[in-house]
Amino acid sequence: MSSEEASMTNTTETPDQESPQQGAISDFGIDTTSMSTGEAVRDYWARVRGGELGSLPALLGLVVLLIVFSSLSDTFFTLGNLANLLQQGASITIIAMGLVFVLLLGEIDLSAGTASGVTASVMALHLIHNGNLLGGMGDTVFYVFCSLLVLAIVLSALMKVWAGTALSAIALVIAAVGIPANAWLEMLLAVCVGAAIGCITGFLVARVGIPSFVVTLALFLVWGGVVLQFIGQGGTLGLRDDTIFNVANGNLNFVGSWALFVIAIGGYAAVVLMRHFSRLRKGLVAQPTSLVLAKIGALALLAAVITYALSLNRAPSNLVVIQGVPYVVPIVLVLLVIGTFVLDRTSYGRHIYAVGGNKEAARRAGINVERIRMSVFVIASSAAAIGAIVYSSKVGSVDPNAGGGNTLLLSVGAAVIGGTSLFGGKGRLRDAVIGGAVLAIISNGMGLLNQPAAVVFIVTGLVLLLAASVDALSRRRAANAAR
Amino acid sequence: MSEPILELRGINKSFGPVHVLHDIDLTVNPGEVTALVGDNGAGKSTLVKCIAGIHPTDSGEVLFEGQPTHIKGPRDAAELGIEVVYQDLALADNLDIVQNMFLGRERTKAGLLDETDMEQAARKTLASLSVRTVKSVRTQVSSLSGGQRQTVAIAKAVLWNSKVVLLDEPTAALGVAQTRQVLDLVRRLAEQGLGVVLISHNMNDVFEVADKIACLYLGRMAAVVGSKDVTHGQVVELITAGRSGDLGIARPEAATI
Repeated sequence: MSSEEASMTNTTETPDQESPQQGAISDFGIDTTSMSTGEAVRDYWARVRGGELGSLPALLGLVVLLIVFSSLSDTFFTLGNLANLLQQGASITIIAMGLVFVLLLGEIDLSAGTASGVTASVMALHLIHNGNLLGGMGDTVFYVFCSLLVLAIVLSALMKVWAGTALSAIALVIAAVGIPANAWLEMLLAVCVGAAIGCITGFLVARVGIPSFVVTLALFLVWGGVVLQFIGQGGTLGLRDDTIFNVANGNLNFVGSWALFVIAIGGYAAVVLMRHFSRLRKGLVAQPTSLVLAKIGALALLAAVITYALSLNRAPSNLVVIQGVPYVVPIVLVLLVIGTFVLDRTSYGRHIYAVGGNKEAARRAGINVERIRMSVFVIASSAAAIGAIVYSSKVGSVDPNAGGGNTLLLSVGAAVIGGTSLFGGKGRLRDAVIGGAVLAIISNGMGLLNQPAAVVFIVTGLVLLLAASVDALSRRRAANAAR
Repeated sequence: MSEPILELRGINKSFGPVHVLHDIDLTVNPGEVTALVGDNGAGKSTLVKCIAGIHPTDSGEVLFEGQPTHIKGPRDAAELGIEVVYQDLALADNLDIVQNMFLGRERTKAGLLDETDMEQAARKTLASLSVRTVKSVRTQVSSLSGGQRQTVAIAKAVLWNSKVVLLDEPTAALGVAQTRQVLDLVRRLAEQGLGVVLISHNMNDVFEVADKIACLYLGRMAAVVGSKDVTHGQVVELITAGRSGDLGIARPEAATI
C-alpha cells in the first residue's frame, strides 16, 4: 500500500520534465514491450498473490486426488475406469457449464437439476409414445404444457431474448405437430423445452424482480412435481434407442479419435497463435512466444497421451472390443469452446461480466441489464437439458427422480470448485470442467475404495466447502490489495 | 463568446411531492469549465442526472448546439456527445481499463470483439490526456487507486469525441496528489474545446479550475457568476443563504415554500 502511494507521488511530482525517453516510458512504455518469460511468470505470481486464483486450487486438487486414488486403488488408473470417469462426470460438467453463466451474474439457479429432469422426461415421453405427447401426457397436462410454452414465447419476445423465443417456438411446434419419434428430434425437443423453462425463470428474476434464490427454489419443487406427473409414481420410462444410448456410452472410432485430437489441438494452436502474433505486430504487450509455444506443446502432449490411451482396447473380457474416445468428450469440448468464445470474444459475454461486476455501471453504460439477466437463465436451462440427455443416456431410462437428488448441488459444486465466484463477475467455463472432473474423481475413486455413500457425501461436501472458502478468502485478499 | 453548446431553459423536476428543481437555467460553453455548486440536497446531482437522461424532466427545454432536443435515456445523451462521470464512478471492478472504457460500446470486427483496436484507442486517449500513472491499460480496475479510477472514468468520457462532460464530485475522497491530477485533467478537457460541468463542494477546486460558477440553492439557480468576479465568501453565502449582497435570489424566504 505504502509503495503504491510512493509511486503515485513520484509520478505526479515530475509531470513537466518531458525528456523524450522518459515520456515514452511513462506513456505505457510497459505496454509496448514483449514480456520476458521471467516477467510473465512474476506477473502471474503477483496476480495469484493478489487473490486472482482462478482454477489453480482446483487443478492442484485434481493432481492430488489422481495421485491419492492411483496409489490406493489398483483399478483406478486403468483405461476402462478412465473412460468411465469421463462418462460419469460429463452430465454434471455440462449442467455446471450452464450454471457458470448464472453464477457470473451473482445469481443462482437451484431449479437446473429438476428442470433437466423435466426435459429428460419430455424427451422420453416423445420417444415412447412415438411423437404423441398428447397421448403420453393426457389432455389436461398436455394443454397446460403447451400453454406454458406459449407463455415462454411471449415472455422472451417481450424481453427481446430472441434465442429463447425461437427455441420455445420449436418446442411448441414439435409438441403440437406430433412428428414420429426420431432420436435427434427428441434431443432437440429436450433442449428447446429447457430453453422455454429458462425463459420463465429468467422473466421472474429479471423483470418481476424476485430474488433468483426464491424463484428457483420454488421452481425446483415445481419441476420435481412435473417430472413425477409426467412419469407417474414408481414408473420408469425406458429409452430404447441406439442413438440416444450412444450419446453417453458410445465411442469415436480410431480415425475419429485422432481426427478429434487434430481438430481440437490444431484449432487451439491456431487461435492462440493468431492472437499472439497479431498483438506482437501491433506492438501490444504479449506473453513471450516461447511460453505460448510451450503451453500449446504441453497441452498437445497431454491430449495425445489421453487420445492414445483411449484408442486402445479397454474391454475387460476378450469377447468385445471397447476403444476410442467417448462421445461425451467432443460434446463437452464443443460446448466449452462455444461458451468460452461467447464469453470472451463477443459483446454479449463482456456484458455478462460487466453486469456481474457492477450492475449499475453496466446500466449506465447503456447495457440492457434485464435482458442479460434473463438470457443467462435460458442458457443455464438449455445446458441443463443437454446434461439431462447425457445422464438419461448413461442410465438408459428416466425415472421420477431424474435431475433430483444432488444433481444440482453437484453441478453448482463443480462450478464453484473450479473457481467460479458465487459473488459474481469472476469465473470461466473451463472452471466447470475442472470442477466437474474433481467431483467425478472423488465419487469414482471413493466407490472403487468401497467407501459407503455416507463417506462420499461427506467428503464431497467438505471439498465444496473448501472451494467456497478459497473463493471468499481470495476475494478478501483482492479487496485488501486494492486498498 | 462562442455559442453555448448546451443550454437548459426552465427545467423542473419533482420526485412525487418533492419539487427538486425549480426553473433551472444554465448554459455550458465549449472550452469552459462551469462549476455547479450548492449545499447537500440543493439538486446538483439531480440536475446532472436530468441532463444525462437518467431522470426525465417534468418541464423545460434542453438545447444542444442551439437545437432543441429531448433526452429520454442515457443512450440519447451519449449519442449527442454528453458524457457523465459519476460520483460513484460506475466502473466494473472485475474488468480491466480497456474493457471499462468501451463498456456498452465495444468495437467489433465481424461480430467479434476487436481487442487490439480497443486497446490501442484506449492507450491513445489516455496518452492524449497525459495520463501517466497507469502502468498498463490491461490492469484490472479493482487494483487501481482512487485517483487512477477517477482518471479512467474521465478518460472513458472523452473517448467518444464527446462535447460535454459532466463530472459529479470527481475529487471527493481523493488525496492531495490525486486531486491535483484530476483537476489538471479537467482543465485539459476544457482546453481541448469540450464543455465541462464540474460539481464540487471544494471551493479551492472550484476557484482553481472553473471559468464560471453556478450556485444552486434549494433547487433554484441562485446565481451564475464568473469565478474572477466573486470571492470565496460570496460563493459560500450564495450556497448557504442563496444570496450575497446584490447577487442571488431576491427573497430567499420565498424559496423555502
